[in-house]
Amino acid sequence: MANILAVAIPQRGALGPASYELLGAGRVLADALKLPLNAAVVGANAKALAADIGARGAEKTYAVEHPSLANFTEEAYAKAVAAAVAAAGATRVILPSSVAGRALAARLAVLLKAGLATDVTEILPDGKVRRGYFSGNLVAEIEFKTPVAVLTVAPMTFPRAEAKGAANVQDVSFDPGAAKSEFVSFAAEASREIDLGAAEKVVAGGFGLGGPDGFKAVFDLAHALGAAVGASRRAVDSGWIPYRHQVGLTGRMVRPKLYIAVGISGQIQHLAGMSNAGTIVAINTDKDCPLMQMASIAVQGEYAELLPSSPPRSRTARATPSPPSAHRPQRLRSVPSRGPAVRFVQDGERDGHVLRGRSGLTLADHPSRLANL
Amino acid sequence: MCVKSTPSSVNVGVDASGQPKIAGVPTSLNPFDEFAVEESVRLKERVAGSTATAITVGNDAAAEVLREAIARGMDAGVHVSGAEFDGGDSFATSLALSAAIKKLHGEKPVSLVIFGKNTSDIGGGVVGTQTAAWLDWASASAVKKIDAIDEKSVTVLRNMEDGADTLKLALPACVATVKEINEPRLPSLKGKMASKKAVFPKWGAAELGLQAGQVGAAGAGSTVVKAALPPARPAGLKIEGATAAEKATKLVDILVERKLI
Repeated sequence: MANILAVAIPQRGALGPASYELLGAGRVLADALKLPLNAAVVGANAKALAADIGARGAEKTYAVEHPSLANFTEEAYAKAVAAAVAAAGATRVILPSSVAGRALAARLAVLLKAGLATDVTEILPDGKVRRGYFSGNLVAEIEFKTPVAVLTVAPMTFPRAEAKGAANVQDVSFDPGAAKSEFVSFAAEASREIDLGAAEKVVAGGFGLGGPDGFKAVFDLAHALGAAVGASRRAVDSGWIPYRHQVGLTGRMVRPKLYIAVGISGQIQHLAGMSNAGTIVAINTDKDCPLMQMASIAVQGEYAELLPSSPPRSRTARATPSPPSAHRPQRLRSVPSRGPAVRFVQDGERDGHVLRGRSGLTLADHPSRLANL
Repeated sequence: MCVKSTPSSVNVGVDASGQPKIAGVPTSLNPFDEFAVEESVRLKERVAGSTATAITVGNDAAAEVLREAIARGMDAGVHVSGAEFDGGDSFATSLALSAAIKKLHGEKPVSLVIFGKNTSDIGGGVVGTQTAAWLDWASASAVKKIDAIDEKSVTVLRNMEDGADTLKLALPACVATVKEINEPRLPSLKGKMASKKAVFPKWGAAELGLQAGQVGAAGAGSTVVKAALPPARPAGLKIEGATAAEKATKLVDILVERKLI
């Protein structure tokens, strides 16, 4: 019978916690359509990974294991996932919105003659889905017209399904056939920074940092908070930080619980990549720049003066002399403010104007649209 | 390589029927496609005897992006056009593209099809891979470098979340690029002259061997039933303070209070 299949895609043989979000999204869709939820894992060690995934609310877990799936190539993986879809008889296939997930979704849509929606941020009770488009200026409500549909879900959007009970794993045989793509090698990113896509906290720097040295403060703060490091296009284009840190339309889409933007003015292309973050803190000298206007919390001032005094570790040491944790940032506790009472000023001017583009910030306003990517 | 005409501004509202208000908004070459055009021209310059052709699916106005591609150094353009293509999603549009590529391939072998990262309007970032799937060709997305290429294969570097993969794809193949791949040059005077004179063959579904029901809205696998403005973010706070230290203290207090750090 019809069912939902959440497909976990390992990277370098391992599944990240973001995989559990696929089961979270799958549960929402399964409840909406009143269909069973199943899971699938493909890879060279799929069977070993299936138990973890399958224990998170899936009735059955299909493992497609084959040596040819040791590394991600589009055609082989697409065939493997298609084999799992066939074994399950699935009518909805859920994939991550990663490089691999997006490519797989595209191939599966053609293989399965299925409608496709990428970067899904919401699943509606009637099974329709929502996704942002026009650079996040609009939200589309999408209806599938085909019996089978494929969707990729935006990271950090759906709850991570908890383990409960044991997995019911079923092996799926798979013949990769002749390969047109050959995996040659992998060069790991040198830095061991937290990946932006799955980060719960992001500290990002922009042109307002004044130079590559400014990123030292951003990295320090990020490390203190256990956050990933992001950057604006101008900072990346200026060569201050590698492209992979770029957040925005041309870079990564992020949805952390906390996004701290330091010296980022908030061009619409940047906002498109982070406006769905939970709490947005803007630190900038220009109180009128778009990011300061749309931020949940805006702090006007020089970052160089604000940041060194704000890393929370030293405060923690004073506030909570509890045993330090070796491998994660210490949990902080609120302390009574000894200074003047904190004063909050409501800013009636801001309600997402810039995001919606009514401020007049447009790609076309600039000499070259390219300059803004 | 494949290009798309997209609204010059993504700053669009919603019309009375609940669809994006794009009527009257000027259109231009999808900015991400500039990198793909540039890479095609660079490859053409690198591989002796090769030519670069741009393809677009769209209405009459969309032919302008083919002119833009010529101005930027491409040799020729193909305009897939007709009312039957209206309302297509990535599924239907990639089928139309694949049919056009197949037709070109029959005339003169195609080695590599290059796409931008995604479009500035719909932005699914899937059409390149879907086109490859229809053609049953190899493909890679998030390509940041096109390395060695010969008659049989191409070596590409693919940006992954945790580093870069090197892949060898059998030709013909499709690749979707990222902006890291190059720095596009501006159109040359010679290119602009050529673009003015360029004439593009116009192919409808019939010329591509497709039924009208396979493309456009009729062939789409999904449809946007409604567009809406995103929900407004709740009003923000401004932190005031006499000194930077005071502001920083307040900020940390709020973040701690909200259990964000």
